[in-house]
Amino acid sequence: MIEIGLSDLDDIALGATFLGTGGGGDPYIATLMTRRAITENGPVQMLMPEELDDDALVIACGNLGAPTVAIEKIMGADQPAAAVLALEKHLGRQADALIAFEAGGSNSMMPIYIAAMLGRPIVDADGMGRAFPELQMVTFSVYGASSAPFALASEHGDTTILEIDDDARAEYIARGIAIRMGARSAMASYPMDGKTVQRVAVPFTTTLCQAIGANLRESRAGNQDPFDELIDMLAMTHYGHAKVLISGTVTDLMRDTEGGYAVGKVIISNPEEPSLEIQFQNEFLRARQGGELRAIVPDLVCILDSEMAQPITTERLRYGQRVTVMAVSAPPIMRTDKALAVFGPKAFGLLDDFVPVEDLD
Amino acid sequence: MPGSPLRLGIDVGGTNTDAVLMDGDRVLAWHKVATGEDITGSIVAAAGAVLRQGNADGAEVFAVMLGTTQFTNAVIERRRLNRVAVIRLAAPATTAVPPMSDWPSDLLEVVGQDCYLLHGGLEFDGREISALDENEIRAAARDIRAKGIGAIALTSVFSPLDGYMETRAAAILQNELPEATITLSHRIGRIGLLERENAAILNGALTSLADRVLGAFDRAILDLGLKAPLFISQNDGTLMTAAHAARYPVLTFASGPTNSIRGAAILSGLDDALVVDIGGTTTDIGLLLGGFPREAAMTVEVGGVRTNFRMPDLLAVGLGGGSLVRDSGDSIGPDSVGFELERRALVMGGDSLTMSDIAVASGLMEFGDRAKVEHIDFADIALETAGEIVEVALDQVRPNAASLPVILVGGGAPLLSGDSIGGGEIMRPEYGQVANAIGASIAMVSGECDRIFSLDEMTREDAVASAKARAASQAQEAGAEPESIRIVEMDEVPLSYRPGNTTRLRVKAVGDLAGASVKIDAGAG
Repeated sequence: MIEIGLSDLDDIALGATFLGTGGGGDPYIATLMTRRAITENGPVQMLMPEELDDDALVIACGNLGAPTVAIEKIMGADQPAAAVLALEKHLGRQADALIAFEAGGSNSMMPIYIAAMLGRPIVDADGMGRAFPELQMVTFSVYGASSAPFALASEHGDTTILEIDDDARAEYIARGIAIRMGARSAMASYPMDGKTVQRVAVPFTTTLCQAIGANLRESRAGNQDPFDELIDMLAMTHYGHAKVLISGTVTDLMRDTEGGYAVGKVIISNPEEPSLEIQFQNEFLRARQGGELRAIVPDLVCILDSEMAQPITTERLRYGQRVTVMAVSAPPIMRTDKALAVFGPKAFGLLDDFVPVEDLD
Repeated sequence: MPGSPLRLGIDVGGTNTDAVLMDGDRVLAWHKVATGEDITGSIVAAAGAVLRQGNADGAEVFAVMLGTTQFTNAVIERRRLNRVAVIRLAAPATTAVPPMSDWPSDLLEVVGQDCYLLHGGLEFDGREISALDENEIRAAARDIRAKGIGAIALTSVFSPLDGYMETRAAAILQNELPEATITLSHRIGRIGLLERENAAILNGALTSLADRVLGAFDRAILDLGLKAPLFISQNDGTLMTAAHAARYPVLTFASGPTNSIRGAAILSGLDDALVVDIGGTTTDIGLLLGGFPREAAMTVEVGGVRTNFRMPDLLAVGLGGGSLVRDSGDSIGPDSVGFELERRALVMGGDSLTMSDIAVASGLMEFGDRAKVEHIDFADIALETAGEIVEVALDQVRPNAASLPVILVGGGAPLLSGDSIGGGEIMRPEYGQVANAIGASIAMVSGECDRIFSLDEMTREDAVASAKARAASQAQEAGAEPESIRIVEMDEVPLSYRPGNTTRLRVKAVGDLAGASVKIDAGAG
């Protein structure tokens, strides 16, 4: 068991932006919330998945809504915890630990906030290992855990419990309710026992966020090459393989919105090699160079600015930016046939087969 | 303008106060003086000089346009600010992040942290989060009175969609506190609660300074014998009335660089170009699109506080007349001797090798004692380095692969030599050294609409038409000649994660200042 304190939050947020692979929402507001909660209530305990008892109750939590609303209607202080409390009441049992749906972007921070408010521990793991656009794109669902019962809460303390067998249908109906709650709901779902979490969650992703953030911060301060440092660090984790795909300039950028998603592609060029083309749908999905595949979802494609190594989200991409593109292998639990069926290339309408990034060069 | 075409453009900067006398787009006279403690005196000196040079009578001047960095500098320096009471209408929403959560502590010491998070606020679709509680607002007013705070910043969730809740709460507060100055967030900011609230608080903190500075401007107009109305430049390159500026001084932030980009536009006759403004400490690079500076898309920090003003998207690099030169010209800046240039540059008998010394050594500028830099044999290398710094920066501002002309303005313009850079022709317009006063003088007035439309209830065409009409009527309210109003910008953001069709439209309209009957109090709710 380790503690998460105030000094850890900025590193976690920076790492979560990296794992967001261009999407996931800016963790700025969630970080401010969490800073205050920890200042008032003290640090949060974090358990490794193997520290969970087999029959421990673990609840996944976070928020659901529209990112455009998120920057205007910030949540009520008690709202995130209210969904967890409603689910606990429904289950007739208090959660032994909380877990994140999503390690990338703003939802990485929510379990830490709720844990600080309720005095519960969190588990160092999540359901995506990165960011994905839809809630059923979680390893929990891939490996047989059910999202039911599913709790939602508004800032008024209004709560609802959904009992829906199918996770995709649950996400669809939950979104409808979230809109009536003002497009900003707290959610708590996927109640699991400790043994299940050990089997279905992507482990160690909060410590990974923190390590990535700390690594980037330290290389900035120490004038080291942040990309070399990060590659060496990731090589020692279960993500394993990381490499630089290209360093260059954004020479073309095409954006569109389709079905509520930010879709498009970005071209990065330098004089020494063919240009790299990255396709995105909220998150960066696929990188190709000279017609050859270089990396594809669920492996991570991250764009960072070349000077400060600040991860860049899709909406912040600009023509002329000097950027470095990194690809990182997703951990094994995210690369099985079952997992690829839920969040592999086909799930995003890409025709390519998944090829591990370490086999592409 | 038929009848009386003369305009007086004034730029009150931290270092210099510039004035230009304009006949339409033509410069009749210009003058530069150092900005002194007495702002009125500096303006009278600069403006008086151009009126004399242009043989113009004050009565012939149709309008006075003034740009200033006084308010930006006050926030950055934490000086001359007053305490503000902060009211947010949102409970029970938003309590997870109270107002001023991320403010620098040295700024909180000056502005205070007197926050009231009360019931109210709207949902994205216009429903009320909770009803306004008048008793709660009166209780806050009593508390504010007891604390003796004279400025209030009032913010409601989603007020840019509909500001009625802020307006109603303000009426209740004003009734209790007749002397208080109240800033309504929807008058100055767009969607993004914390950033808009921050802007409203900064505005409140500038209340007493605004009284003094606008008073000094008024006295200068009086001393100069001018009968023309005074307009102040806003951050987006358009004008507001002096009365509006007195209530919303925060809207002057970043008007300096905006004016220099607009001035460059008028001097060059171009609508689309890259503008390079080389000053004493930095080079600011902006992009002129359709005659206006491109705006920054994201949050902009002012004095350590996040805001989301309409601000030009500027890239500042550490290259200016005062930048220090090292490694035989291979390295320049980013540090600068700044305002001490006249003491520390080699040509002035100082001990620091600056870019101004390089310019004098290579005959590009004339000032100080050239003999003191005759030994420098690497001036060409330093000028080449300066060119490379600008070229790399230009690439980051350029909107696409097509080459654009580069308009070079500012006192340090001679530091960039040659005829072209990055594939674009370099233009060096006459009067480029007073581009910002010129930019102030030719500014237009604008109106904006930023709201979310549900396309289940109307067609997209109706939504666009409604947004355009609202922006145009805002421009007219701000003083634009109705016939001259045109839409210059439209952004559409479909809201993701929402079933049905919901879209956020942001439209900006601009128009020429109406000559005959200027509505002095326009927009100053």
